[in-house]
Amino acid sequence: MVKREVVGAHYGLRDWLAQRVTAVVMTVYTLLFLVALASLPQLDYAHWKALWALPVMRYATVLFALSLLLHAWIGVRNIFMDYIKPTGLRLTLHAVVILTLVWYAAWAAQILWGI
Amino acid sequence: MPKSRPKHLNLLTIRFPVMAVVSGMHRISGAVLFLFLPLFLWLWQETLGSRESFETFRSVVSNPLMKIILLGLLWGYLHHLCAGIRHLALDLHLGIELAAARASSVAVLVASIGLTVIAGVALW
Repeated sequence: MVKREVVGAHYGLRDWLAQRVTAVVMTVYTLLFLVALASLPQLDYAHWKALWALPVMRYATVLFALSLLLHAWIGVRNIFMDYIKPTGLRLTLHAVVILTLVWYAAWAAQILWGI
Repeated sequence: MPKSRPKHLNLLTIRFPVMAVVSGMHRISGAVLFLFLPLFLWLWQETLGSRESFETFRSVVSNPLMKIILLGLLWGYLHHLCAGIRHLALDLHLGIELAAARASSVAVLVASIGLTVIAGVALW
């Protein structure tokens, strides 16, 4: 019987690339968001709400949010892989993080498009 | 794998080079930002919910303790961002010499703290 271990699945390069692509997306979004914020005539509820009513703002934020969740997943998973040695515990924590991030994605969609 | 190799992994006796400090802070700031995601989502939700919840947001973030927490998280974000940009440069083989790597690590620390102070003064 082959003794398999839950490591070495060869997804390293893909995740390495994803971590960097999502980082660039978030950096660009951060700069554009600051520009959008600075261009508001006044930082009150009406202007803030109007900014988020723009489709470009919503879809850019969707891209940012999905990038953040993927980035967070890879980062947190790497931390667990480094420090959590018992396989069962580590995989349980992975599952918890995945479910939490999916919940955050739904929460973000709810904020962006209202209830 | 021979087990007799010398190990020097006592965290209390290792003197870290500044690159290691920046690297460790990159990981810690990332973990902290992840843990505070619900706070960010909630605050964002309050700003967009209604005029009343917008005012709730205003009063929450004007609490001095909350200001300190948010400023700390802003520092974490800026450090993670600056250190991340440094990582991308290293990936492109820019600044991989010892002196340059040390200098860019110091630059990350100075830039992220400097930007946090500027933002803190502007927002306070």
